Amino acid sequence: MKKFIGFVQKEFYHIFRDKRSLFILFGMPIAQILLFGFAISNEINNVDIAVLNKADDKNSIEIIENLQASKYFNVLEELQSEKEIEKAFQKGKIKAVVTFEKDFAKNLQRLQASKLQIITDATNPNIANTITNYINSILTKYSHISLKQNTSPELVGTESRMLFNPALESVYMFVPGVMTVILMLVSAMMTSISITREKEVGSMEILLVSPLKPITVIVGKVVPYIFLSIINATVIVLLSVFVFQMPIVGSLSWLALESILFIITSLSLGILISTLSSTQQTAMMISLMGLMLPTILLSGFIFPIESMPLPLQVISNIIPAKWFIIILKSIMLKGVGFGFFWKETLILLFMTFVFLSISIKKYKIRLA
Amino acid sequence: MSLHINNISKSFKDLKAVKHISLEVKENELFGLIGPDGAGKTTLFRILASLLLPDEGSANVAGFDVIKDYKKLRKNIGYMPGKFSLYQDLTVEENLNFFATIFDTNIEENYDLIKDIYIQIEPFKKRKAGDLSGGMKQKLALSCALIHKPKVLFLDEPTTGVDPVSRKEFWDMLKKLQKKDITIFVSTPYMDEAALCDRIAFINQGEILQVDTPSAIVKNFAKEVINIRTNSIYKSLQVLGKYQYTHSNYPFGESLHYMDSRDDFDPNEIKKHLEDEGIEDVEVQLITPEIEDIFMELSRE
Amino acid sequence: METTIKATNLTKSFGDFTAVDKLNFEVEKGEIFGFLGANGAGKTTAMKMLIGISKPSAGDAVVAGYQVSNQAELVKKNIGYMSQKFALYDDLNIKENIQFFGGIYGLDSKSIEVKYNRVVENLGLQDYAKQLVRSLPLGWKQKLAFSVALLHQPKIVFLDEPTGGVDPVTRRQFWELIYEAANQGTTIFVTTHYMDEAEYCDRISIMVEGEIKALDTPKVLKKEFGVSSLNDVFLKLAR
Repeated sequence: MKKFIGFVQKEFYHIFRDKRSLFILFGMPIAQILLFGFAISNEINNVDIAVLNKADDKNSIEIIENLQASKYFNVLEELQSEKEIEKAFQKGKIKAVVTFEKDFAKNLQRLQASKLQIITDATNPNIANTITNYINSILTKYSHISLKQNTSPELVGTESRMLFNPALESVYMFVPGVMTVILMLVSAMMTSISITREKEVGSMEILLVSPLKPITVIVGKVVPYIFLSIINATVIVLLSVFVFQMPIVGSLSWLALESILFIITSLSLGILISTLSSTQQTAMMISLMGLMLPTILLSGFIFPIESMPLPLQVISNIIPAKWFIIILKSIMLKGVGFGFFWKETLILLFMTFVFLSISIKKYKIRLA
Repeated sequence: MSLHINNISKSFKDLKAVKHISLEVKENELFGLIGPDGAGKTTLFRILASLLLPDEGSANVAGFDVIKDYKKLRKNIGYMPGKFSLYQDLTVEENLNFFATIFDTNIEENYDLIKDIYIQIEPFKKRKAGDLSGGMKQKLALSCALIHKPKVLFLDEPTTGVDPVSRKEFWDMLKKLQKKDITIFVSTPYMDEAALCDRIAFINQGEILQVDTPSAIVKNFAKEVINIRTNSIYKSLQVLGKYQYTHSNYPFGESLHYMDSRDDFDPNEIKKHLEDEGIEDVEVQLITPEIEDIFMELSRE
Repeated sequence: METTIKATNLTKSFGDFTAVDKLNFEVEKGEIFGFLGANGAGKTTAMKMLIGISKPSAGDAVVAGYQVSNQAELVKKNIGYMSQKFALYDDLNIKENIQFFGGIYGLDSKSIEVKYNRVVENLGLQDYAKQLVRSLPLGWKQKLAFSVALLHQPKIVFLDEPTGGVDPVTRRQFWELIYEAANQGTTIFVTTHYMDEAEYCDRISIMVEGEIKALDTPKVLKKEFGVSSLNDVFLKLAR
């Protein structure tokens, strides 16, 4: 145990004395969150939308007023029938249409799911997605504030349909995405680099010749980064809540637990990478090309998985980030319980197990 | 026997780095493995430190088999790789503490052993290892390799790239260590360091050329070596390169060393030949062969 | 005698620290000059000034006829440089290396071809011309690197620890090449802390803490200090 503590202490010395990795550790998450956050909020200021209000009752009118009152939307026209939707889009002015079913308010009062539909122009899926997110968040707020008594957020059941790209999911995307990417970066890249650095400098030779057990070396390398990643995750959550007013609907403890699980998954991937590469440069390349890019591109963070070609959809399944993003969305945005993401959790656990067993098997007690 | 190497071979792809090496090193001996870069020194060291598996053969270090007993062996040896392998971003003290901790000991416990060496770098103990001079880095590395009082100490080219002053200090330290019940197995590309060892082995292209005490190696060398000084080493080399009796002929600093192909000859003959070819100020002298003469002769065979 | 290097009060300071302190020395044409010093004695800093990649803080040096302080580009054109750490590109073959280095010194392709043939012939590398430099034995690499440093017929070649760690036979072959070049009038400037390399030089200087503490032929120095090897001279000076 003394050996282990000594090892972890040494790792912290390395981390805190290396200005560059400190910057990556703490500067990047903040920079990325702010960058994504502002880029996205700038994108949808005063977007023109249309409404088709078949109900024309108290609640639907209030929701339309809420939309209009927000700085994000400008209700440009009121449509009379579904036929006009297509036309309205074709004119190119409006980006989304919100329709209310006939008995909207009545259904609300009967504690039944009342239907509200969001139709967006998904030629640019990202914008479409963001618009949906914003409308959704306005609806959520409305149902919280105005329908307090005996109601829950699900009451206003929204059903969004993306024109030209029908199955795009409607969630607040960027925070889970950025959080995933950053945890992946910090955990996998930093551990793999710190292990390969020892190989490159030659100190691994001395560690191998010492009585240190492989498991001590691996766990000793990982523990400091678990701490740092937890701090990072916390910073990201705090930033998104306080700077971007992102609502976190679900349970914070589940959020913490699942984040720790994903951190461990990424760390084990980092260890795996370091067993495969002998220089920091290779480790960095593998982390960037093999992890970062798929995590950004194939996890559903930026491009919706459902709109990918089938082969990519299949590949996306082996990307841990995909499952973590689903879990995050479920907790942060939908506020659902473990019952809704136990499958994804199991997948991550399984992946971690596989990565770790390969790493331990591959960790050499000798050189070459 | 402290070290017992039996018919060890190791190849990397098509490169045979170590070919059928057998060696024995006695307890508390200061044993030198002498040969140029690429001779196979580092490979042999890594095999002995249990860092590489030999393709064939076996070896025993301090009573432990390098393959089967590698865990016990690692507790009983100190190993200093050729490249400076400590943590450059850790201070002198932090490095030493770290290596003490992972070997289940502490600085105080074996301070006696490292005292002479560590005392020289102690004034800089708060300095980062990366900011030390070459000689000081080497002292720190040696202290770290000794911190757990190993029975056998492996030093792979400890003096490469170190200036003469630090080199001398280093060898003095090794001599002192030897008295403290430690077997030292050291490699070096510098022929002039051979005389500082109890026994040496010449290694070239993965093969051991000869093993003996430095003085016996010199005494038993069969050929006579002639030291020649002239006004132009370059011209003399060319003249002797074409001379019919030349066995070998190498520049040695300001002079050149010549060996004749005949068993019996008169050095003055060579002087005369050089003078006939227009070389001036020729001085010839029969000398005791240097270790380097012998190494070159052996590696030619 | 023609002087190819003349340093006058050559000085380099970094802040309060004077790395090189008022060096004065001359090196003649065709001379093999050993520039010695322990790690940190300032020899690398001094050499950087002489090859025109670092500007003196005070004083100056004339190298190959040009001042290092304000004609650095001309200095660089007229010198060759070879270091043990980097000399040739490992992932290019012999010909590609020669083409590249000939090219950066402004040789036209015809003369590069001529020089290439000469180098390959001199070193007996005909069978290896298409091989990557990586696959050549260390000794050959060094001989090749030296030939490449001589490609543009520089007046002076700077060699940075050229033969450390090489096997003794190859090292001597290398020195024969150096003797040959010096014999043809090229000045050879060798920086090293290997004393056995120094023994081969015509004259040597020993730097200690930024200053030249001794400068003469190895023979005279050994006599002056009453010792049998340069190593001992060095030890006496450094203490």
